[in-house]
Amino acid sequence: MVNPNLDPRGYQPGGVPSRERRFRVTTWARANLFNSWLNAVLTLATLWLIWTVCWPLLKFLLIDAVWDGASRVDCLADRVGRDVGACWPFIGAKLPQLLYGFYPINEQWRVNLTAALGLGLLVPLLMPSLPYKTANAILFFGVYPVVGFVLLVGGMLGLEHVETRLWGGLLVTLVIAVTGIVGSLPLGILLALGRRSEMPAVRGVSIIFIEFWRGVPLITVLFFATYMLPLFLPAGWAINPLLRVMIGVMLFAAAYMAEVVRGGLQAIPRAQYEAAQALGLGYWRMMGLVILPQALKLVIPGIVNNFIGLFKDTTLVLIVAIFDLLGQLRAAFSDPNWAAPTTVATGFAFAGIIYFCFCFGMSRYALWMERRLNPADR
Amino acid sequence: MKRVTLVVALAAMSTFVAGSVTAQTLKTVRDRGALTCGVSQGLPGFSTPDDRGNWTGFDVDFCRAIAAAIFNDPAKVKFSPLSAKDRFTALQTSEIDVLSRNSTWTMLRDTQLGLNFAAVNYYDGQGFMVRKSLKVNSALELNGASICTQTGTTTELNVADYFRANKMKYEVIAFSTADETLKAYDAARCDAFTTDVSQLYAMRLKLAKPDEQMILPEIISKEPLGPVVRQGDDQWFDVVKWTFFAMINAEELGVTSKTVDEALKSTKPDVRRLAGTEGNFGEQIGLTKDWAMRIIRHVGNYGESFERNIGSGSKLNIDRGLNKLWSKGGIQYAPPIR
Repeated sequence: MVNPNLDPRGYQPGGVPSRERRFRVTTWARANLFNSWLNAVLTLATLWLIWTVCWPLLKFLLIDAVWDGASRVDCLADRVGRDVGACWPFIGAKLPQLLYGFYPINEQWRVNLTAALGLGLLVPLLMPSLPYKTANAILFFGVYPVVGFVLLVGGMLGLEHVETRLWGGLLVTLVIAVTGIVGSLPLGILLALGRRSEMPAVRGVSIIFIEFWRGVPLITVLFFATYMLPLFLPAGWAINPLLRVMIGVMLFAAAYMAEVVRGGLQAIPRAQYEAAQALGLGYWRMMGLVILPQALKLVIPGIVNNFIGLFKDTTLVLIVAIFDLLGQLRAAFSDPNWAAPTTVATGFAFAGIIYFCFCFGMSRYALWMERRLNPADR
Repeated sequence: MKRVTLVVALAAMSTFVAGSVTAQTLKTVRDRGALTCGVSQGLPGFSTPDDRGNWTGFDVDFCRAIAAAIFNDPAKVKFSPLSAKDRFTALQTSEIDVLSRNSTWTMLRDTQLGLNFAAVNYYDGQGFMVRKSLKVNSALELNGASICTQTGTTTELNVADYFRANKMKYEVIAFSTADETLKAYDAARCDAFTTDVSQLYAMRLKLAKPDEQMILPEIISKEPLGPVVRQGDDQWFDVVKWTFFAMINAEELGVTSKTVDEALKSTKPDVRRLAGTEGNFGEQIGLTKDWAMRIIRHVGNYGESFERNIGSGSKLNIDRGLNKLWSKGGIQYAPPIR
């Protein structure tokens, strides 16, 4: 049954390594996938399922896809002379808009620079083996937001002012998600501590805040901030629409974060608190040095869950006329020059891939960090 | 009903805000150095970003025409893409100066929201698309047909009224989104697809074989679309209204973006009044003498804008139908400049 000649690439003079490897694969399959009738049926059913789902997807995205073109006619089956899958030239033509929105073309380097600076500071911060963590953190959390603000908004230092109404695409998605993530964690920790505080006023305010924000849907928050608030504010008063949304998302996420962190705090045994107090630590040092490091480590999966949820929730800003990646995509669908049978599916596939990359990246990093922090659990 | 109540409530609240600031829109626009214009978030042929990120389309052109009349520069417009829900609020709260976003002129909107419709720049209405292979040339031959439509819109009611009035049988197959409806039609689950005609032409492009479809000539509802301004600023109302009338009059008089210079030398009295070489009509509404020529030079007359964005010069290829000039069998008509 095992015939090395069937696989010319694996076959080597002597034939031993290939033979050995094939032998192992078949034994493994026999031991794990076909070790009983039930398992054999399940294996075949799964393979069939993978085939029926993946093959059409692959066919649509790659095999039947159109890669070159200048307008809709290049993505029409009649013109190409075969079945047409994804219309990638559409994404190519709209890519600048999907990334930057209506940000002026000559100023787009500022967005690139902001992104590059952010990555340059974030990546070393996420790698535990690199030194200067304190300086790095101060640069990222303290200096970078200011630099990023100046670069993106402009209007000073000789940079042309770019109104936020022109922002869009992935830029807006990331701005909302990053401010939401960076802002909600510290705020959530403070709220969680507040909710467990023994001071009635602090505890009361924290509980009201958390329960209020958890009690209203994010869409309501965004809708209220965008359409109702301007009607109540005196004429001439206007809060930037993007800022309104950023604050709304951040406060909303903070309430959820607070409950996740509180779960971690509750898991820390009483003895830890007492031991810290016995060492003469005050409240903040006890929390900062003893309790929070343990509590946060426990709830990493919950925190990352929140981050991923928040990242995907940013698509809701579409309903308040802010063009995030998905909004920009929808606007691009309306271009009659690209209206073809597969344009919409292509666009959503592209957006799906982008969102997946970000969310999967966050999830993998968190998993890796979790293992690193808990060597005993491995 | 719920939506209507909300709109009315918003309008009532906004009168406190809007009343005080609407008086001098033209001056505000001049001081700002740009017009802010509310457009749709993406409607094929009417307002859509092109590959370079510039807004283009029939509704967008109208914004540019106003900017051209005021500043002699069609680029001095800030576009505010609005959803159907927030468009009137944006106008009421002065976020935008004019709304040019395929809004249907209805009595409720005109009288209850503190707004004024300046003109009808596109006569839309509900129509039917069928496959040519069905061999149907009129909606009156659709007896017994199955019809795909979107749920929760007035289109369903209009179809019911139309078929009942003509004593025909039909079957409605409704879907929740436009794309789903189109997909069902493409899969031949129904004989006809119905929505507003301007949408039918846009939807047709998304079908596998657009050339094998036809749009029937019958229009079964009235959807007059036009630009909207706030109530209480008559000067601004005039500017917007006459920007549109100038484009119609220019087409009627044969003045196009290419023949502006000839028009300026013309001896015909009505062309001279349009060109501003006779009379001071532009100055009367707070603009310059050559206001109309600025519009025509930068944007073109009504017909040019129509053909370029939605008519024969575009991918949509919408038939002008009712939107032909009154002298050519349509109902587009403008009062004379004199």
